[in-house]
Amino acid sequence: MEQYEPDRLSPAQVAAVRRSFASGRAALTRRTLLRASAGGALAAGGLAALTGCGIPAAGKTQGAVTSDDHSAEERTVSFSNWPEYVDVDDSGKHRPTLEAFTKRTGIAVKYTEDVNDNNEFFGKIKPQLAAGQSTGRDLIVLTDWLAARLIRLGWVQKLDPSHLPHAYANLSAQFRAPDWDPGRAYSYPWQGVFTVLAYNKKALDGIEVTSVSDLLDNGRLKGRVGFLSEMRDSIGMTLLDMGKDPAKVTADDYDAATARLQKAVDRGQIRRFTGNDYTSDLAKGDLAACVAWGGDIVQLQADNPDIDYVIPDSGYMMSTDNLLVPNKARHRTNAERLIDYYYELEPAAELAAYVNYVTPVDGVKPYLAKIDKDAANNPLIVPDKATAARAHAFRALSQKEETAYEGKFAKLTGA
Amino acid sequence: MSTLTEAPPPLAPAPAAERPPRRRGRRTPYWLLLPGILWLLVFFALPLVYQASTSVQTGSLEEGYKVTWHFAAYWDALHAYWPQFLRSVLYAGSATVLCLVLGYPLAYLIAFRAGRWRNLVMILVVAPFFTSFLIRTLAWKTILADGGPVVGALDSLHVLSVTNWLGMTDGHRVLATPLAVVCGLTYNFLPFMILPLYTSLERIDGRLHEAAGDLYATPLTTFRRVTFPLSMPGVVSGTLLTFIPASGDYVNSELLGSTNTQMIGNVIQSQFLRILDYPTAAALSFLLMAAILIMVTLYIRRSGTEDLV
Repeated sequence: MEQYEPDRLSPAQVAAVRRSFASGRAALTRRTLLRASAGGALAAGGLAALTGCGIPAAGKTQGAVTSDDHSAEERTVSFSNWPEYVDVDDSGKHRPTLEAFTKRTGIAVKYTEDVNDNNEFFGKIKPQLAAGQSTGRDLIVLTDWLAARLIRLGWVQKLDPSHLPHAYANLSAQFRAPDWDPGRAYSYPWQGVFTVLAYNKKALDGIEVTSVSDLLDNGRLKGRVGFLSEMRDSIGMTLLDMGKDPAKVTADDYDAATARLQKAVDRGQIRRFTGNDYTSDLAKGDLAACVAWGGDIVQLQADNPDIDYVIPDSGYMMSTDNLLVPNKARHRTNAERLIDYYYELEPAAELAAYVNYVTPVDGVKPYLAKIDKDAANNPLIVPDKATAARAHAFRALSQKEETAYEGKFAKLTGA
Repeated sequence: MSTLTEAPPPLAPAPAAERPPRRRGRRTPYWLLLPGILWLLVFFALPLVYQASTSVQTGSLEEGYKVTWHFAAYWDALHAYWPQFLRSVLYAGSATVLCLVLGYPLAYLIAFRAGRWRNLVMILVVAPFFTSFLIRTLAWKTILADGGPVVGALDSLHVLSVTNWLGMTDGHRVLATPLAVVCGLTYNFLPFMILPLYTSLERIDGRLHEAAGDLYATPLTTFRRVTFPLSMPGVVSGTLLTFIPASGDYVNSELLGSTNTQMIGNVIQSQFLRILDYPTAAALSFLLMAAILIMVTLYIRRSGTEDLV
């Protein structure tokens, strides 16, 4: 405001200005007003405000992270999950496993499907968590790398093992010790996610696809190959194909993998880097083959017999979507009871039969077989020992690495 | 703005004979302006200042960001992403031209020839807005599918060989090419072109056409000398309403394009949400804003029209 100096104007000018504002219709046109307000905004913002801003360090949350637990007096838990990630009955109105939980424990579940994308959801909850405020959510489901970031930033609460007897006992061995949360102190998997190669037999027209190399190098697939916009899945599969272990990835390995993908991008081999929307492209045949998520493929196969998948000999990437209790959640104990409930074999089997992702619960197979025999025998839902042994995970990245790697990957995808 | 309202009392005394002006009347304009000004301040000026500040900060998510007047961010951003900038201008420009070419005849038809169908046709123009932008764009993926009838027809009519030669498509497909992105932009922003065109065409007095005819002007001359100049405000505001949002759009290129068609909006989105490099993202946003402002200013100067519908 110091930019405006009324004393510079002569009295007559001031009078004229006032007159024009008050009565002179012509003076107050849209154009002058826009000009004036834009000028004013720039002048106001220009100096003082610029320096005033700044984004505080995200990690250092003020105040206690574990707010008072109101679980005992408020029998409720609010649970944010991804769309179509919990069982729904045929009428589409009831969620059987969640309702059974409420019936047994008296804890009402406020279930919201508001996680559509890890990055977007992070953008949504970041302001509250960074300011040490409640997000209004007691339980959220996030993919490994984002769960790791929240743990690294200290934005999620430690879970009380005494409330999680089933979870502790039944968690599959392959998910027990991720390097970003050893011993599962903060998180438990909701479902596991296979990353495999999927193809549309009709669109392939006899071309054989068994490895990432086939996707990248076979000229007949030009412009009909898809990769995932999840950096760890796309780069991880490429690294495996190159004989490198994503769990020990170095900067050089990473650059080699991106260079390899870049070549395919430059040649026009790769059509797109997609999120979940590859499923429609694959079903239509616009994508002949792509890197894909197992659960999607199980669902696609049910509608379209042309869709099939292959696990490359070099192995595959396995990630999990994890249950986390954010800071300042009001109902931590209720949330822990919900986590534990889904590690009981029957609810876990019901859930697995519906969502078709990898169940993280050991011993579900016989219960699942009672509901759906095919699902119980599908290695994409209940992986056998040999398949489980070929799973790989991306190493936990430091914040600096994450920024650098995501930046390089974004360049690759054109943005 | 507050300084204006609190300015000292009038220094030029009113002539003695006149009665003092009504005090209320003098303040009324400011009160009427207040909601708009507040809105502008809170939702336009403040975010702008915040972004401007972000663009000259350095730091990271974990250590926080501090204002270090790191203006190099602008240069770095421009240096790294000029292809996407150029592409945005090209795609948005092509879409705007296409919108004008498609929209002008339609607006002309609605304004002068539609008669009692006028309202119905207007509803048809606006109707797509009743469904979500995303759904409409996704629908184009089905329409333009590789094996679909549209692409098949274009291919057998050798349209695709022409667009291939122009570099707009690649092989026997339309999806995941620049052509698809430009078509998506054109489709999505067409009503923004038609509506202002229609309003300014509709205001033209029909008797002017008759007069032109009486003076032996051919229909073409009438259009060239009478109709088109009078519709210029509509053309200018239509092109602005199309070009400005189209150049910042990222949905069309995300859904219909490929890695080689990413626009600046995609870069900003990925910098903000994925890489969490807020300064670069903010700098890019400002560069885009500046580029658009410059282009629009030049354009309005050249078109020489004062009022925009």
